[in-house]
Amino acid sequence: MINNKFNMTILSCSANESFARATVSAFASQLDPTIEEISDIKTAVSEAVTNAIVHAYNNGFGKIYISAELIEPNTIKIKIRDKGKGIENIEKAMEPLFTTVGGERAGLGFAVMMSFMDSVKVRSNLGKGTSVTLLKKISQRFNING
Amino acid sequence: MSVEISVTGEVVTAYLSGELDHHTAKQMREAIDTAVELNMPSLLVLDFSNISFMDSSGIGLVMGRYRNLQKTGASLHINATPPNIYKVFKLAGIERLAKMEGGN
Repeated sequence: MINNKFNMTILSCSANESFARATVSAFASQLDPTIEEISDIKTAVSEAVTNAIVHAYNNGFGKIYISAELIEPNTIKIKIRDKGKGIENIEKAMEPLFTTVGGERAGLGFAVMMSFMDSVKVRSNLGKGTSVTLLKKISQRFNING
Repeated sequence: MSVEISVTGEVVTAYLSGELDHHTAKQMREAIDTAVELNMPSLLVLDFSNISFMDSSGIGLVMGRYRNLQKTGASLHINATPPNIYKVFKLAGIERLAKMEGGN
């Protein structure tokens, strides 16, 4: 497997949420994922990008750095990074139903990421930004007809 | 993204289509809330059969509508949920708030 990789930078506007998840899932399609695996990746990326827009930049404008890399064994590693305000308490932020904005946000972004991906790592520095690293192993399907 | 509203007696059905994320949720929410305020239904049905993608913004949308309906005692049904959407709802335990049908 070639350790293929891509990087992109997007503006933190909500119209880019669908662009980001569609791009990452198109890149992931090289690993021949199932429809369910593609859907899991799309959903997790959407949550991480939305967090950057809503929380890191408070719906203002900033840059979101997205990279994806194919690593062994048959795994996609996705990194979503921002230079926003940072998370004060990562453990608390990752608790289901915890939200700082209230209203119509369910507070389930990290819960979705953790449930749909194999690994979720969050690093954050107050005032400097946050990076979320997602790993998803894609099941290998063998075609008996070669 | 679009919302089509149908009203039959005391039932308001909102047929949602397209992608439901943080970007599109606001417009969907407003269309549903306007129909509910106008018709004061005893039952609101949210139909997801034509939703192609949904993240936790969809959970927020359902929880918000549930909270609003509680004020008038109306109930909430979720209809025709594709498997990828059902998976997100299940994670949030939405079946405790709304009757869910067609999880396939």
